[in-house]
Amino acid sequence: MSLFNVFNISGSAMSAQSQRLNTVASNLANADSATSANGKPYKAKQVVFSAIPSNSPDASGVKVDKVIEDPSPAKVVYDPKHPLADEKGYVTMPNVNVTEEMVNMISASRAYQNNVETMNAAKSMLLKTLSIGQN
Amino acid sequence: MILNKLDTALGFHQDALRLRAKRQELIAANIANADTPNYKARDIDFKSAIQQASQLATGGGLSTAKTSDKHMNGIATANNTNFAGPGEPLFRPIIQGSVDGNTVDMDVERNAFADNAIRYEASLLMMNGQIKKMLTAIQGQ
Repeated sequence: MSLFNVFNISGSAMSAQSQRLNTVASNLANADSATSANGKPYKAKQVVFSAIPSNSPDASGVKVDKVIEDPSPAKVVYDPKHPLADEKGYVTMPNVNVTEEMVNMISASRAYQNNVETMNAAKSMLLKTLSIGQN
Repeated sequence: MILNKLDTALGFHQDALRLRAKRQELIAANIANADTPNYKARDIDFKSAIQQASQLATGGGLSTAKTSDKHMNGIATANNTNFAGPGEPLFRPIIQGSVDGNTVDMDVERNAFADNAIRYEASLLMMNGQIKKMLTAIQGQ
């Protein structure tokens, strides 16, 4: 029954989008973390989506293929009073672009909403199918 | 024989519902993959798929082999042949390309999704009407 598969597909997209929202939250929270467990400034994380086969051969779901570290260069800020400043007074800060992350957040939440709508529509179609021939 | 007639009476909407459900699944997959790089949006051509199904239903299909004269004529309709489904889905034409190679246009997909859901329910309604008609005929009142 292909309508049931809509739940799997939309569900996979919802979990992938929520993982994307998770990395956005992590990036925004650590936008000013000049150091981390390995002593280096925090690196922004980005998710990579990939289509995966579902129960039906034609329709595919989504999964987070990998989480990569953003390759863009770190921000360097002049702040001589900072405890981590080098001898010239510069501090290396995370490469998080706050504007990009906000856009990413909106995009992820809209995509999530789209999939919730899809699932709701499939649910009401299935419920109506159940009542064929009644009254 | 009456069962066969009932089958053909409801057969068209049965095929239509199956195709609509299949199409809904494909569109859901397109919406789910709206942010997947290099994903290509797909859809089925409903018109040609339903024509193919109706041809099977109106005797274009296979009939069963008879090894004795006492066997009834079995005419294959879309319901008792294994109607394979809508065939290979086609790729959607690109309206506005994107840098990551994804061809899902959310407006097109939402439009198709809502349209398909309404038509699915229309088929359900008509099937219900036919069942009621049939019941009236059976009960004779």
